[in-house]
Amino acid sequence: MSQEPVPESLPEHRAPRPRPPGGPPPPPDTPYSPGGVGSHGPDPSADDTRTDTDTHTVTKTETDTGAGAPGGRHGNAAVRTRPGPRSKRAMQGAGRRRRARLARLDLKVSPYAYVAPFFILFAIFGLYPFLYTIWISLTNESPINPETDFVGVDNYTRLFGDDRFWAAVVNTFGMFVLATVPQLLMALVLASWLNRRLRGLTFFRMSIAMPIVTSTAVVALVFGMFFARDYGLINGILGNFGVDPINWRASQWTSWLAISAMVDWRWTGYNALIYLAAMQAIPRDIYEAAEIDGASRVRQFWRITIPLLTPTIIFTVIISTIGGLQLFTEPLMFTSGSGALSGGTTGQYQTITMYLVQTMRTFNQWGYAGAISLVLFLMIVLVSAINFLLVRRLGSDR
Amino acid sequence: MSVRTNRTCQTLAVLGTAALLLTACSGDDDDTETSDTSDSSDSSDTTESDGDPEQITLTVDVFGEQGFGYEALYEQYQQENPHITIEERGSGLGVGDYNDRLTQWITAGEGAGDVVALEEGIITQFYAQLDRFVDLTEYGAAELEGNYLPWKWEQGTQDGFILGLGTDVGSMAMCYRRDLFDEAGLPTDRDEVSALWPTWEEFTAVGQDFVAAGTDAYFLDGATNVYNSILMQEAGNNTGYTYYNTSNELDLDNPDIRTAWDLTVDMINADLSAGYQSFSEEWNAGFASASFATIACPAWMTGVIAGAAGEEASGQWDIADAPGDGGNWGGSFLAVPAESEHPEEAARLAQYLTSPDAHIEAFEQLGNLPSSPQALEDEGVLAATNEYFNDAPIGQIFAQGAQDLRPVHLGPQNNAIRTEYENSLRAIDQGELTPDEAWEQARNNASGIGGG
Repeated sequence: MSQEPVPESLPEHRAPRPRPPGGPPPPPDTPYSPGGVGSHGPDPSADDTRTDTDTHTVTKTETDTGAGAPGGRHGNAAVRTRPGPRSKRAMQGAGRRRRARLARLDLKVSPYAYVAPFFILFAIFGLYPFLYTIWISLTNESPINPETDFVGVDNYTRLFGDDRFWAAVVNTFGMFVLATVPQLLMALVLASWLNRRLRGLTFFRMSIAMPIVTSTAVVALVFGMFFARDYGLINGILGNFGVDPINWRASQWTSWLAISAMVDWRWTGYNALIYLAAMQAIPRDIYEAAEIDGASRVRQFWRITIPLLTPTIIFTVIISTIGGLQLFTEPLMFTSGSGALSGGTTGQYQTITMYLVQTMRTFNQWGYAGAISLVLFLMIVLVSAINFLLVRRLGSDR
Repeated sequence: MSVRTNRTCQTLAVLGTAALLLTACSGDDDDTETSDTSDSSDSSDTTESDGDPEQITLTVDVFGEQGFGYEALYEQYQQENPHITIEERGSGLGVGDYNDRLTQWITAGEGAGDVVALEEGIITQFYAQLDRFVDLTEYGAAELEGNYLPWKWEQGTQDGFILGLGTDVGSMAMCYRRDLFDEAGLPTDRDEVSALWPTWEEFTAVGQDFVAAGTDAYFLDGATNVYNSILMQEAGNNTGYTYYNTSNELDLDNPDIRTAWDLTVDMINADLSAGYQSFSEEWNAGFASASFATIACPAWMTGVIAGAAGEEASGQWDIADAPGDGGNWGGSFLAVPAESEHPEEAARLAQYLTSPDAHIEAFEQLGNLPSSPQALEDEGVLAATNEYFNDAPIGQIFAQGAQDLRPVHLGPQNNAIRTEYENSLRAIDQGELTPDEAWEQARNNASGIGGG
């Protein structure tokens, strides 16, 4: 699963805030002083100007001298306090009007400019690829075809009859269930342990967070060695009990188990931390009251903790669903050697994303890969929508 | 006030640095002849830098555990051409991963090196993208035809367009472990071993004897290496193509595929295979722990074995003739992508690296068998022995039949389809599928890949 937000956002939090170059930053009030000089008391527009850049404010308040400047809200205070010399007025008339127009334009347009970076980036990296995927999924584009033809919905009709694709869907959901259910249960138990007063609590809390900051590729490599057929750790341990070596990569269930173990090792701690945070928000007196009534620890857990954690549990389920449907690195790295994208000899642990990449990179069928990715997208939307409805349902019950 | 001083200091510092930089640059411009820059320290002859002043870097993309064995050639070329620096990428990269990357680079028109290696299974894919490569005819490569085996030359050209110049070919042999053969009571002398298996059926029978002897090891590393060897051999001797016919149409009914498949399935059923996936961690570990006795051995495989089995196994491995008759598997070409900024220099380097002398050098380094007739007739090559393989006369074993090799046509998606057949064979090996089910799976998946 690829729930990366926590490790990725860490450096951002730690990074020092950008400072203007050249010595210590000026006190935040400096740019607004010209406007503040005005003798007309607090200017209602002062708050607005705060959002502008330094230079804007300074220029406007000092030079916007036209009394009748329509819509010149920013400049009003300055205009009244410092009218320009009469002799220059005529000369400045045109300039003033232009500046006024600019100011109005600034008001109307600049907010869009401020939000534009996101939308421009989104258009480049989100919208355009999305639309291009739709287009390419209607063609037979391939680097080994000299020409690209429009093929309509052929790719989609092929997809619905493609056994490999549906096997990949089954694998993805199968591993999702096999990984997520024990993972969330373990996370709950872990969190409730960590919620008590223990010695070395910080140590334990830190340790469950460790797997999150470990690279997925490293996890997969190490687990790949655990589950190796000949010299693997797991088979070695099982061998002590007289169990024959298991070829973990060969059959569907063993490979699913091994991959789920990887996923769980990595993400149980993450979910446990989220649960822990939510548990700490539950008032202690509820537990005290229950204790006075004679409720056991287990009963408290089921009757108080779980019901109050419901929203958090749903959150983790949704996040795990999205991550689970995009499961890629763990099963990919589980194969050692060439052809890892096949996900085993019979595709027994090939997930949808692996099939997608295989179609694109190994089979060079870009059009078909586009169709697969769109169907995957729709699946995620569908599953997320179901989750969303469940949340609403549970919310209205209360 | 202190702020102001700080700023003044900074301004001064910036101005100072800029001034220094400016003087440094102008110094470079004005007195090239006297200044001791890095250029002139490389080649003290300043007059030469007038003709060829521009320092350029050429990137060479190769693949494989040990690369292509060109290190000494780069050194020499850089000495002869001081203005060229050569950087190699990809050593240690598997051919599958390399092909994926290369396809993306070539298609995107960005990222590929100035000289790229094309394996015989992937060069076919680029016949459809000739406009993305430099036609080496433009740089006089047409005169070099005599430097390559005719079929190797043909594979590298398409309708008069010289796409790639041949590096190595992979004529076939069988590598075996002497200690394990000895343990199983089989002969260890390479001539006697060769005499054991004139055909693949007899090879299987030897394997059965080996299993019956009850050694701790398997007879074969896995099913796929023998399968590929048999297929290339059969195709060379019969239809001349594997999964695609010569018009590049998918032909999965090719009887050669079935022959190779059936022979391999017999070996799996006789429990000869250790079931390793080629080039996996476990496969490598299997070399190191001597868990199998034989492996199908195209010339390039000798370098792989020496790398994976390590120094401790030196002298334990030996090379015998392959069962059956002839056959070639593997080998590569060097091409220049059109995106290269220095196509002329890159083309010259590609020609240098594929010259008969370079073929001999790569053969001495890694055992990659030359595709140049001159190099194949070279006395040094013919007399070459490999110390690691118990002084096996690799020159005789590999070079002898190379001149008579018959070409096998490989289609555009050859490697992807080959992987499907390999996976299905390994599924039989794992006991996950019956041979019939596996055959069905391979056929279905392969026809899904089709022509792209």
